[in-house]
This record gives sequence, C-alpha cells and structure tokens, in this order.
Amino acid sequence: MGSIQTKLSEPISDELVLVRAAKAGDMQAFEALVKRYDRNVFRIAQHITQNREDAEDVVQEAFLKAYGNLAQFQEQSKFYTWLVRIAVNEALMKLRRRRPERMVSLDEDVKTEDDSMPREVADWSPNPEQQYNQAELRDILSKTIQGLPAGFRMVFVLRDVEGLSTEETAEALGLSVPAVKSRLLRARLQLRERLNKYFKRQANGD
Amino acid sequence: MNCSDFLKELTDYLDGQLDQRTKEELDEHLAWCHNCFVVCNTTKKTIEIYRDSALYELPDDLRVRLQSAIISKCEIHKAQTLKKPAE
Repeated sequence: MGSIQTKLSEPISDELVLVRAAKAGDMQAFEALVKRYDRNVFRIAQHITQNREDAEDVVQEAFLKAYGNLAQFQEQSKFYTWLVRIAVNEALMKLRRRRPERMVSLDEDVKTEDDSMPREVADWSPNPEQQYNQAELRDILSKTIQGLPAGFRMVFVLRDVEGLSTEETAEALGLSVPAVKSRLLRARLQLRERLNKYFKRQANGD
Repeated sequence: MNCSDFLKELTDYLDGQLDQRTKEELDEHLAWCHNCFVVCNTTKKTIEIYRDSALYELPDDLRVRLQSAIISKCEIHKAQTLKKPAE
C-alpha cells in the first residue's frame, strides 16, 4: 500500500480533525461537517438543478455518499473540495435523470466564440442593487445566472460565490486550471453584460 | 497594451493574482481607457452583488429537517456496514 505523505509542518485543520473522527465512527463529528457545509452544498445543487426539491435530494445524497466513502477520502485535498465534487456529480446526474432529452454537461456551450467581449459599455449607478427590493433583485440575479451555459455557471458559482480557489474549483469540476480561468473570465463578462440592462445608469433619471 | 490584452488579464487582475509588472501595465491602461475602466468596475460589482446576494439560502426549518434525515440515513448505513462480516 502506498503511503500518503503528510506534511508534518502544517497544522492539522479542524476540518481534518472532524474528518478523522468521523472516519473512526464518530457520528457527531460527521454531523458537525454536515452543519458546516450543508448551506453551501444546497446552493451549489440549486444552481445546477435549478429546482428546490432536486437540490434537497442532492444535499442528502451527497452527504450520504461522502459518509459511505469516507475511507476513500485521501486527505490530499480539503474535505470540502471533495464534497463539492460529489455534490456536483450528484446534481448533474439528477438533472440528466429528470431531463434526459437535454444532455447537460459541464462542457456544454463552451465553444462560444467571442460572446464575452463587452458589447455595451455603460456605467452603472453607484449602488445598482439598491434600485430593486430584495425579491426583485434575487429574481434578476437568478434569472441572469441561469442563462449562462452550465460550464460557465458552475465555475462562477464555485469560484466567486462559494469562494473556492482556482485550483480547488478545477479539482471539484475535473477541469484544468487554465480551463477554469478562461471560463471564469467569460462567465464574469457575460453576467456583467446581461446585468447591464438592470443596473446601468439612467440618463438624468429619465 | 490594448483593450483585448487588458480583458485577457482581467480575471487575474480582479483576483490580485498578477505579478507587479503586469499589474502596473493594466493600471496604466485603466488610467486612460474609459471603456476598460467601466468594464473592470462593473465586472467587479457583478462579482460582489452575487457574492453578497442571499440567492438560494437554505431556510432554517428545511435545514434542520435535512440534517436529521442525513444523520439518520448515515446511522443506518453504519449499522449495516457493521453487521456485514469483513471479507
């Protein structure tokens, strides 16, 4: 059996302490991990499935799968990154089962040419989000992001909303680092372009 | 540096992942190119708005329900694995 090199100089994260306790059978430790990450997994799942019930199922399935496969978790990456990878796969499977006619993959539509080049360069109002109430804003943001190709949307969500590093995002989605960077740029620019119509500065309040 | 060179580096620029020299070139471009200045600012704002939005928050009641469902399924899994004799 190949030994896993541990870096002795690095302090063990409290996440890893919980993971090791959970591996040893401590259910409270696993529960602590669930409580730490369930909101994140739910958001990610809902971004992919775009359906609340599916997202609920994905949260359960992802944690159950993580629990059942804890022994396989190698500790070379963060538990959270590993969990996100499981959740993304579960969510994609869910989507394929629900809409088999529409094959969804993370490679979907990434061939787009230069649709990310800014077409409209309009400045925004100082606090554009304040022009709308919370419900309107949520509606605008969710409609806008759902319009992105899945491969762009997921990179943006993991990197910019959930705060994973470029490397962690690459690992969680099974992409290369350059692919993550290129998709992230295009996702950000496309979202910006699509939000223009809601947020751009109005000419003299007209 | 022209605008399309600028755009290529925009992501690393916003993430603060550029070496000092490239960053200075981009700063210099931003100082005179209004279009890139606007694109840069509104892209930054786009990221902030999404990051701060409470999009798809898990409601507390649902959260509690999901947590207990997960743990009880894990308990069942654990009990089943313990019962199975190891090969």
